[in-house]
Amino acid sequence: MTVLIHNGRVIDPSQRLDSKVDILIEDGKISEVGKKLRQTAEMIDATGLVVVPGFIDLHTHLREPGQEHKETIATGTRAAVAGGYTAVCAMANTFPPNDERAVTEMIIAEAARNGACRVYPIGAVSRALKGEELAELADLRAAGCVGVSDDGKPVSNGQLMRRAMEYASMLRMPVIAHEEDLNLTDGGVMHEGFHSTLLGMSGIPAASEETMVARDVILARMTGAHLHVAHVSTAGAIAAIREARASGVHVTCEVTPHHIALGDETVQSFSTNLKMNPPLRSEEHRKALLEGIADGTVDAIATDHAPHHFDEKNVEFDLAPFGVIGLETAFAICHDRLVRERVIDLPRLIELMSSAPARIFNLPGGTLRAGSPADVTLLDPETRFQVTNTFRSKASNSPFIGEMLHGRVVATIVGGVMKYDLRAPVTPPRPKPKRRR
Amino acid sequence: MRAAQTSLSSKDLLGIEPLTPEEITLILDTAEGFKEVSERPVKKVPALRGQLVINLFMEASTRTRVSFEIAEKRLSADTLNFSASGSSVEKGETLIDTAQNLMAMHPDMIVIRHKHPGAPKMLADRLPASIINAGDGAHEHPTQALLDAFTIRERLGRLHGVNVSIIGDIAHSRVVRSNIHLLTKMKANVTVAGPPTLMPVEVERLGVRVVHSLDEAIEGADVIMMLRIQLERQGKLSFPSLREYYNTFGLTPERLHRAREGVVVMHPGPMNRGVEIASDVADGPWSVILDQVTNGVAVRMAVLYLLGGAHAAE
Repeated sequence: MTVLIHNGRVIDPSQRLDSKVDILIEDGKISEVGKKLRQTAEMIDATGLVVVPGFIDLHTHLREPGQEHKETIATGTRAAVAGGYTAVCAMANTFPPNDERAVTEMIIAEAARNGACRVYPIGAVSRALKGEELAELADLRAAGCVGVSDDGKPVSNGQLMRRAMEYASMLRMPVIAHEEDLNLTDGGVMHEGFHSTLLGMSGIPAASEETMVARDVILARMTGAHLHVAHVSTAGAIAAIREARASGVHVTCEVTPHHIALGDETVQSFSTNLKMNPPLRSEEHRKALLEGIADGTVDAIATDHAPHHFDEKNVEFDLAPFGVIGLETAFAICHDRLVRERVIDLPRLIELMSSAPARIFNLPGGTLRAGSPADVTLLDPETRFQVTNTFRSKASNSPFIGEMLHGRVVATIVGGVMKYDLRAPVTPPRPKPKRRR
Repeated sequence: MRAAQTSLSSKDLLGIEPLTPEEITLILDTAEGFKEVSERPVKKVPALRGQLVINLFMEASTRTRVSFEIAEKRLSADTLNFSASGSSVEKGETLIDTAQNLMAMHPDMIVIRHKHPGAPKMLADRLPASIINAGDGAHEHPTQALLDAFTIRERLGRLHGVNVSIIGDIAHSRVVRSNIHLLTKMKANVTVAGPPTLMPVEVERLGVRVVHSLDEAIEGADVIMMLRIQLERQGKLSFPSLREYYNTFGLTPERLHRAREGVVVMHPGPMNRGVEIASDVADGPWSVILDQVTNGVAVRMAVLYLLGGAHAAE
């Protein structure tokens, strides 16, 4: 099957391309990029649209196996393609956790069967995410894991982190670190600052993240491993990463759209859709994240898409689980807050969401070069729309419901197949519920 | 001190933070009238006759619960007390379900005490009844601040320019937050004192002076407000021992002698005698601690009346 995408503005940061060219897709791969390519039976008119490599999310919680009431691989990947993502990295904190080959294989098989986009599992660092002994990282790698993380929890034990880094570097996998000193967090539910004082809520100090980032960049220097710092939220973490990288440490990092867009003052509404970990920080931290994005310290935008059931969030702020969904709003939020507010330009945003994630995790995709998988996203950056509480995700715990944003995902093509099409008259049907075994 | 306003702008009393100085003055002035009711042989007025008030106490309380209940009865409201123990909360019912079920019985007002900040707002956002916050975690305890202000005004004749020092566990106290909002809105000068381990970050942005010495806090104070130390915090990195706390921040007659002539000592209760306050002080001539309790009824009558009775009369 061949498809021609024509008349669009093609931005491909992987080859520094930003021009009006056509893209020819054949047999699930990009076969040619150039001007005035031959006409094909199927044509996609991208007039007025921007054509980019499909987005890759380094940080998604698909919740399957074990918490299918929150999200499944089927619904999570449908949310992903609606957000322009053609691949997501699935975090390991499922039930059971992805700490052994059987779970990895189940995720990959289910993604192949019912997934709308590519799914790259992340394996656990430690058995049962307990932070005590290493999981079988080589076996996880062999089964298809692309990185390891106990995300949701920190690796508190410094010796375990050291050994994980040493072992993962042998396997050429990044160690993805959820940086948090649980003693400093001490049951906190929001950023520790003026607003936690005002609201009488227990705070999570910035130091909880910053001290652990400092430890881990030192360990990354010692071991030579690739440390990837997940969801950076503080000025001190950005500074530590910037300095470590300048001195040759192999450290990369990601920032979430909600930490870019929102500050801790919003928690005054007590809305549980503003509760996540790391928490929304104060303005000085948010500004430091923007500086890190502008100067290249931040490598990628990642969503930390963390679906929860309505009932779980419909409780007192203290009792609600941490986490918000993000796949379906990530591009528009970042386009509004980063591009329209001139922190970075559009090609740089595309890089942060596609080419850079592929490069730092060594994943396929993130490029429109001939021969690459035909993972392509079509965007309409200027269209304005309002975020409603209807999502393709099973969950609706978004902090952005009601916001007017600029920038829509128009279509998402995965391996040459249209998986999301805003212009299609009907939405794709939801997958049938799986039979209980 | 006459208020321009004759009613409150919100259906709820969730905290002092959203109130205007005029609204605070209105409540305090209204309470003066109700204090007189409590001194009559027949301590009852018909202001809330036919109205149902539910006291939803999800956390232990003696003073506040009893005070609200007396205030409701003196206003002739029908009252119902609901506590977490012995209810379906123990069976895992959520706060929202509990509240919606209570709402189905058409109460006019719900007084709620809850250990989590924001719980009263959750109800206020969802229910048509007037919600009165009787303390939500370390967030706010508005009627406590109002009765404290009433007591200060009664003793000193004003709030404007009064030097108030609040001493103890500032970090975990809802009483402090409501008092800071109220006193700064009414142009009093507020000092908070305690060890740095019990001081919330950036509290000075609320317009208060922060000191870490009891003597410094006492110096020049017209009012000293002592806070309860939660005994379970000792040894948990907040302070090393109760003994050391008492030696450093406990209010004793000797230390009080550095204070201004006529200084007034307050405590929201429950007190830990010999921890934050010596019995000689709590029971001494400076103390207005029991006046606070008496005034609590009048202030709560005023709040209930302004949220419920004033509307019904319209």
